[in-house]
Amino acid sequence: MKVAMKARKEIKCVVWDLDNTIWEGILLENDNVRLRPGIIQVIETLDARGILHSIASKNNRDFALEKLREFGIADYFLYPEISWNAKSVSIERIRKNLNLGKDRLLFIDDQRFERDEVNFVHPEVLCLGAEDYMKLPEHPLLNPRFITQDSRRRRIMYLDDQKRKHAESEFIGPRTDYLASLELVLTINNAEEIDLQRAEELTMRTNQLNTTGKTYGYGELKRMIDSDRHMILIGELIDKYGSFGKIGLASIEKFDVLWNLRLFLMSCRVMAYGIGSVFLTYILQKAKEEGNKVTAEFIHTDFNRMMYITLKFSNFTEIGSGPGGNVIFENDLSLIQKIPHYIKLRAG
Amino acid sequence: MELKTHIQDLIAKNLSNLDEDFVLQDDDNIFERGFVDSLFALKLVNFIEDRLGIELENEDLDIANFYSVNRILDFIQSKKSMG
Repeated sequence: MKVAMKARKEIKCVVWDLDNTIWEGILLENDNVRLRPGIIQVIETLDARGILHSIASKNNRDFALEKLREFGIADYFLYPEISWNAKSVSIERIRKNLNLGKDRLLFIDDQRFERDEVNFVHPEVLCLGAEDYMKLPEHPLLNPRFITQDSRRRRIMYLDDQKRKHAESEFIGPRTDYLASLELVLTINNAEEIDLQRAEELTMRTNQLNTTGKTYGYGELKRMIDSDRHMILIGELIDKYGSFGKIGLASIEKFDVLWNLRLFLMSCRVMAYGIGSVFLTYILQKAKEEGNKVTAEFIHTDFNRMMYITLKFSNFTEIGSGPGGNVIFENDLSLIQKIPHYIKLRAG
Repeated sequence: MELKTHIQDLIAKNLSNLDEDFVLQDDDNIFERGFVDSLFALKLVNFIEDRLGIELENEDLDIANFYSVNRILDFIQSKKSMG
């Protein structure tokens, strides 16, 4: 069962075509296109589950956006790509803007030709025709196991991100000054029971900034927070635009004078803020205060080189490696980075 | 731009916790001086790989190779002569 689930991961974003998919008819031929019956409910249902929506449509951008506003659904779509570009190009742009893996996208288009073109360039993207759109809410890859507060707010958080990106592109000066202007606050606490669904979700959803890719179920997490030998830390990031939600997780097993970091992950949404290093600094400082050494487990995957670099630049050194890309890191705590001035750390 | 200027620029734009009037010397240890975060690390790696065309192996990704402007330049030089 687990293997089958691994073969295809949950979809994080549905990318829609417009003509004869979201609405019936072709907008440039007929301004009076009508929404497909029930499509709004489908979009809302998925949105409430924390699944994002975007658009890849060959259309006049202004007309199409105006039509979406007229239908009152424009706000559901993040980074819509409406142009005369090949859809594979649009998909790549959406993927980049949302910072998602290709295998997390579902592309829906009524035209076989467009689906084939996308599939040819991006074989990892799941492509479906438009006719069965009413059945989408039942699709197993569109049914996350839990719907957490973070998943319900996901679209809003991405909309905040769009504002941040815009502000950053307008900002002149060093990156650290820009970061300081965001008034970032990172809160790190021991996970409590109410955090565990989100913690499980993070282990399922996070691929890039993830040391081992191990997934933890609710029950296992619960046993760990109840045990003296384990520590589960969860981090939330907030800035002046709002909360990024719970975006970081660390699972630490405590031995006599040694802390072993079994899993460390950060949501890819906060990759641009250097938060991973700050979280690590917190762990390393705390370990040092309590007289422990720190080791970390790491498994190389196709996606997590960034996390490897993060550990290396936080002065972790490899002390052993095994088959399957397994690595054991150690940190002698001789050089711990300071918390940067642009972020406030609050820890419980 | 000269390679050295590039490296100095990359560091100056991305290190935090430096005093306003601090001038980074080419032998200053940036890991002790400022805050080196994962994004800076990524930018540096991207610069070396994409702009200079030098492939970095896992064992190259060691802060011993990147702790100062001069150290980074030496490291790049040694990788170039190996390739």
